[in-house]
Amino acid sequence: MLEKRFLNGHEVLVEACIDAGAMQMFGYPITPTTEILSGWINKSLQNKNLHCLQTEDEVAAGFAVCGAIMAGQKAFTATAGPGTVLMQDALSMADGMRLPFVALIGQRGGPSSGTVIYSQQEVNLAIHGGNGEGLRIVLSPSNLEEMYTLTRKVFNYAYKYRFPSILLTDGYLLKTRQSFSLPETKIENQKLLALVDEASQKNIRNIYTLEKELMSELEKNKQDFEEMSKEIVEFEIYLGDNSLDEIEDLIIAHGIVGAVAKEAVDELNKQNKKVALFRPITLSPFPKDELNKLAKKIKNIFVCESSLGQLHDLVKQNLEVTTKISGIFKPAVGVEVEEIVDLVLSNK
Amino acid sequence: MSKDAKFCMGCGHPIVLQTLYKILKNNNEEQKSVLGLDIGCSLLAWDFLQVNTFQTHHGRVTPTMVGFKRAKPDSLSFAYTGDGGAYSIGLQSLLWAAKRNDPVTVIVVNNSVYAMTGGQTAPTTMKDQITLTAPVGNSEEPIDGLALVRAVNKKAFVARSSVNNPKQLQEYLQKAIESQKQGNFSIVEVLSYCPTSWKTFGVETNNFLEELKKVFVIGEY
Ligand SMILES: Cc1ncc(C[n+]2csc(CCOP(=O)(O)OP(=O)(O)O)c2C)c(N)n1
Ligand code: SF4
Ligand SMILES: [Mg+2]
Repeated sequence: MLEKRFLNGHEVLVEACIDAGAMQMFGYPITPTTEILSGWINKSLQNKNLHCLQTEDEVAAGFAVCGAIMAGQKAFTATAGPGTVLMQDALSMADGMRLPFVALIGQRGGPSSGTVIYSQQEVNLAIHGGNGEGLRIVLSPSNLEEMYTLTRKVFNYAYKYRFPSILLTDGYLLKTRQSFSLPETKIENQKLLALVDEASQKNIRNIYTLEKELMSELEKNKQDFEEMSKEIVEFEIYLGDNSLDEIEDLIIAHGIVGAVAKEAVDELNKQNKKVALFRPITLSPFPKDELNKLAKKIKNIFVCESSLGQLHDLVKQNLEVTTKISGIFKPAVGVEVEEIVDLVLSNK
Repeated sequence: MSKDAKFCMGCGHPIVLQTLYKILKNNNEEQKSVLGLDIGCSLLAWDFLQVNTFQTHHGRVTPTMVGFKRAKPDSLSFAYTGDGGAYSIGLQSLLWAAKRNDPVTVIVVNNSVYAMTGGQTAPTTMKDQITLTAPVGNSEEPIDGLALVRAVNKKAFVARSSVNNPKQLQEYLQKAIESQKQGNFSIVEVLSYCPTSWKTFGVETNNFLEELKKVFVIGEY
């Protein structure tokens, strides 16, 4: 049995990045990800292999990450809200050059400076914030143990498949202190990759003279992304006491709201409701086939999120059946177990 | 891009690049050198020299090379940029790289305009100079980027040369590389020909450059 400790989300993330082999962080303070920066700096005092620079802004942090990655170092950044907006400049370069760019994003209420804790409003920005096709890997954890494992995966996916990869969490989960233990099975780290070194001369572009050349590059990227999707899509189907074929209603939620929805399923089970939870863990690539397989048998879908419909839109985009969808949409506010229970019970 | 991906006839960029390459080759340092390229006519240098190069974004080459150098301290890291990329959109990061004394070498090719986009007003456009966005002449005085850099860093090598003085240009670039090797920031601004945006021919192009030299002080700062 592995040791259990009491950690918060920031501490878990710092530990996961170190275990992932990250050597350098570039960042700019912003709630709720500031403590990742300060936590990393504190670790770097003890471990001389860890480096950090608090940059002049998120734009510089993002491009410094790009530069360090080019030089063959595992580097990352962490940001939130308005910082996620500024980070798009560098992320878009990473999109274009297929850099293994890792960003930890702590969602906060938006638009603008909004609020600082609860939110799931950066889903669109995380996936589609660049001026391209949204070929990014975005993972959403619902508790601290998952936060650790998914962060390790974010690094591994970035380096294995060379798409920018984002851990998308929120201020609430980051501040949550839970009993935490490392996963039982050891996670191997994906090997490093120096894009530029002395061994050979490379001339790397991100701007094209021929329109067709760019198009075929993007088509290839899209194909790579789709092939990769089969290998990495991840989701949870939580049935409570039900069996799969008796399910009538389906709740769809991700991240912290997914954890709440799980409790709602248990509660609804007690009241004999045949309801399950579908929780996408990879928001991008979205577990489309798995959702559709399940949705065929479903009468009602309930999307619950701390946003006015960003997950709802993702579900709609991917759903091939015309099942009725309703839900709870509360940007910047937490979703509670009772609300989900009431919603499902009140549906006729 | 608004035009074919090659430097125009009479452009100053190739002079700067070839001068740099000559130094690297003489020092046997081509392999350890990396030339990060800003977006602007600088991007055209991506396959011009026998060194590692990569394009970045407009105004972002300096923070990118800061990251590169921090990850690979034994490299010679160059940020190659235009005057717009350095002193307008990228000024914040340029000054902070200088302030922190990050050991990278920034080469600013100052042609007094945004050339890649067709010749609009830049932070270095002279007073009364006519550009696409100042059709009746620029109302502002240009900025002296090197004075700003010097104000935040006393150790850096900071100098301005021009493409019609290749000997001096070579000397300054060599000193800038030395500065990087000693662990200091360095910046060389090069006043450079852009006959396309200036709409000049033959000797007019050199005359325009001489006008620029009257506004931008040549020498070490
Ligand atoms: C974020 C962003 N804004 C605007 C542009 C368009 N743009 C491309 S090059 C350029 C100006 C380049 O001027 P300068 O840095 O002086 O380089 P030059 O072309 O003169 O060598 C601009 C505005 C861009 N590529 N990216
Ligand atoms: S537009 Fe000016 S700076 Fe750009 S390649 Fe042509 S001459 Fe050179
Ligand atoms: Mg210019």
